[in-house]
Amino acid sequence: MIKLDAKNRTNSADMGYTEIKDPLNKVGNFLPEKTKIKAGNLNFYYGKTHTLKDINLNIYEKKVTAIIGPSGCGKSTFIRLLNRMNDFVADSRAEGEILIDENNIFGKTADPVEIRKRVGMVFQKPNPFPKSIFDNIAYGLEINGAKDRFYIEEKVVNSLKKSALFEEIRHRLRDNALGLSGGQQQRLCIARCIAIEPEIILFDEPCASLDPISTAKIEELILELKKDYTIVIVTHNMQQALRVSDYTAFFLMGELIEYNTTKKIFENPSDRRTEDYITGRFG
Amino acid sequence: MNKRFKQALGFFIVKTLVLAALTVLAAILIFLFAKGAGIISWDFLAKPPENSMTEGGIFPAILGTFYLVFFSVLFSLPPGLACAIYLNEYSPKGWFSGIIRISINNLAGVPSIVFGLFGLAVFVKQLGFGVSILSGSLTLSIVILPLIISSTQEALMTVPQSIREASMALGATKWTTIRRIVLPQATPSILTAVILSIGRAAGETAPILFTAAVFYTRELPKSLFSEVMALPYHIYALITEGTHPETQIKIAYGSSLVLLFMVLFLSMAAIRIRQRHRSHYDKIRR
Amino acid sequence: MAKKGEKIKEKLIEYFLFALSLASLVFLAGIVVTLFRESLPAFRDIGFFRMIAGRDWYPTYDPPDFGILPLIAGSFLVTLISILISVPLGLAGAVYISELAGKKEKAFLKPALELLSSIPSVVYGFWGMVFLAPFLQKHLELSTGYCALAAGIVLGIMSTPIIASLSEDALNYVPRAFKEASYALGANRWETVTRVIIPSAASGIITSVILGTGRAIGETMVVLMISGGSAILPQSFLEPVRPMTSAIAAEMGEAAFGTPHYHSLFAIALILFGITFVLNLAAEMIAKKFRLKLGASR
Repeated sequence: MIKLDAKNRTNSADMGYTEIKDPLNKVGNFLPEKTKIKAGNLNFYYGKTHTLKDINLNIYEKKVTAIIGPSGCGKSTFIRLLNRMNDFVADSRAEGEILIDENNIFGKTADPVEIRKRVGMVFQKPNPFPKSIFDNIAYGLEINGAKDRFYIEEKVVNSLKKSALFEEIRHRLRDNALGLSGGQQQRLCIARCIAIEPEIILFDEPCASLDPISTAKIEELILELKKDYTIVIVTHNMQQALRVSDYTAFFLMGELIEYNTTKKIFENPSDRRTEDYITGRFG
Repeated sequence: MNKRFKQALGFFIVKTLVLAALTVLAAILIFLFAKGAGIISWDFLAKPPENSMTEGGIFPAILGTFYLVFFSVLFSLPPGLACAIYLNEYSPKGWFSGIIRISINNLAGVPSIVFGLFGLAVFVKQLGFGVSILSGSLTLSIVILPLIISSTQEALMTVPQSIREASMALGATKWTTIRRIVLPQATPSILTAVILSIGRAAGETAPILFTAAVFYTRELPKSLFSEVMALPYHIYALITEGTHPETQIKIAYGSSLVLLFMVLFLSMAAIRIRQRHRSHYDKIRR
Repeated sequence: MAKKGEKIKEKLIEYFLFALSLASLVFLAGIVVTLFRESLPAFRDIGFFRMIAGRDWYPTYDPPDFGILPLIAGSFLVTLISILISVPLGLAGAVYISELAGKKEKAFLKPALELLSSIPSVVYGFWGMVFLAPFLQKHLELSTGYCALAAGIVLGIMSTPIIASLSEDALNYVPRAFKEASYALGANRWETVTRVIIPSAASGIITSVILGTGRAIGETMVVLMISGGSAILPQSFLEPVRPMTSAIAAEMGEAAFGTPHYHSLFAIALILFGITFVLNLAAEMIAKKFRLKLGASR
């Protein structure tokens, strides 16, 4: 792994946030940011394995929060809990709470379908439906009740514009989405996600299968989307975390080791294990 | 003894056996074709038997088989699809699915004559449907049920998990995801399953022996409660119960060839659809 | 709120699918119950052992005899002959397709297998009647060509494509790594096939043989048409036999509803069902182990 020299790197996301004094937020949130998601004593079991251990973490509104850590540390499990995608994992169980705008998404009255409308997700591998580009985006609108063709068309075009894909494919809207390149497919998945106007977008290693140029485009897009959305991104690429995120959480073997501003995590981590990881000593 | 010689000998034996098997199977098909080809004509297909079944055609048998197949697929499609969807999408693991899976596999292995007896005892006698299209197609529908379930399940399994997740992550409910994303993707494969089961139902004889088929009917079937002539039974009856063997054997040759063509054509169509669909999927998986 | 309605709808659909998916279980149970119910009078009146060990099957005589040993023997004899034909041929076919055939040949042979296994049994039976039986009679100088051998041969030919395609699946399931490891040790193709691939796929192949056997025992039309139909304990495979399935198919038409004959035919069906049920269960258990064993190393 390449050794990082965080100090000499320009961090576009570094806007000089104050360090979090109580990063795990056990006492309270003293930051100027508004908490969007709050995980409290979150545990996750897969069969008999305890894959997430007592996670306490606040995610702030309209900020990008990166989750880093070696493979198998629970970072993907964590973000898949935020929109209850882990509901489909057989023989698994979550304990504790995740509050989105103060409402527990594991609460009795919580409806996973409604939650997923508010919390969008972009997956590791681009997964467009084997339909036309247009229908890929229209699908999400239709299942959420849109019927007016004119409205749908406008929405499709707007979200393609927002995801910086429209210019490239404006004459191919009716073509099958599988004909797009990997990077274009991933941007289509982002367009599909923002078309239904979620409040939060989860990115699960969105660039894992993309080339550097496509990756740069996606990262640019994430920084753009930050204006309107709360973003959580899982990545194994530390340069990426450094480039796009405001806050970084470091997970190791199911535990949250350290959480702070990205600047602090990369420049002056307080835990030895964090330092070892970001300097490439393991992982 | 050297390795090379052993290998050559081994492969020679394997190839000989394969060649022998293919030769015999080809010989059977060629034999039936040669004997039956001259008999098939438009009249043979479109006319009823005449002259106490020594002349004329086999139209009522073809029509009867069509009815039996149509209704058996109609009856077994809803539970078959539902079962495959339930097992694959709702409950892929667990003891319940285990039991259902075992019963599907066992049902697939039940001898066809046992289905016939079941149909006789339950549909013909107990429910009082008599020897009829209804009894026969209900019996056949149980015969093809396991086939429909397992091939539909295979079809559903080829739909990548990732697009199900994509749909759910957009806030689609499970059923919406199944109806709008999974099923449309699996349709060609499900079609394959249906066509294969049509072929199977068309060729089965034992299940309709006591439940639906008769050697000769004066009229074409009028309702679901009519007894019918059926192609496979017609072949069997002509050659074992025929009263004029010399003339009737020709009709049997013709009927065999018609049945053979029908089944082979259906299977071929099913295989073609599946192959085209597969190459389409390779694109997604890429 | 529409949300609640939506949720109820989802649940209803799930219950509906669940209810329909019970169909196969219900039918299987229905078959078992029906067979038991209809054959119980026969076992009660004639006696289970007298039936199963009885050497005489004269259901229409007065007094009738309901010994089904000759029928069971007939079934086993015909099945044995068919296995002797279908297993070597089917296995050779499987090895050829999975290890020897080129890409084009494979693309032709695999669908061909499927086509061949879709040929209705009545067509095979018909061929046996019009060609094979007279042929055997002439060349082996038999009093009748309709005999265990004829039925066994046709059944064997018929189940070859099935065994070939099931075994081919089993061979295909062997991880490529096994093959590569064998080649890396200097083994040639034949050694790899016989020493690595076939042994690793052994239980899968056994499964396919068991399933093929079950099919052969339960097959009706072929034996009904060409086994000769005589319900006597066979002394050789050149004699006519009356396997269980053919007895049921031939006699059910004449057996009056509710008579001992009627019930005894159901009893035969129950025994037949029992045999195939055990075979299927065995196949399933072996197949499960096989997948577990190879699954771990895939």
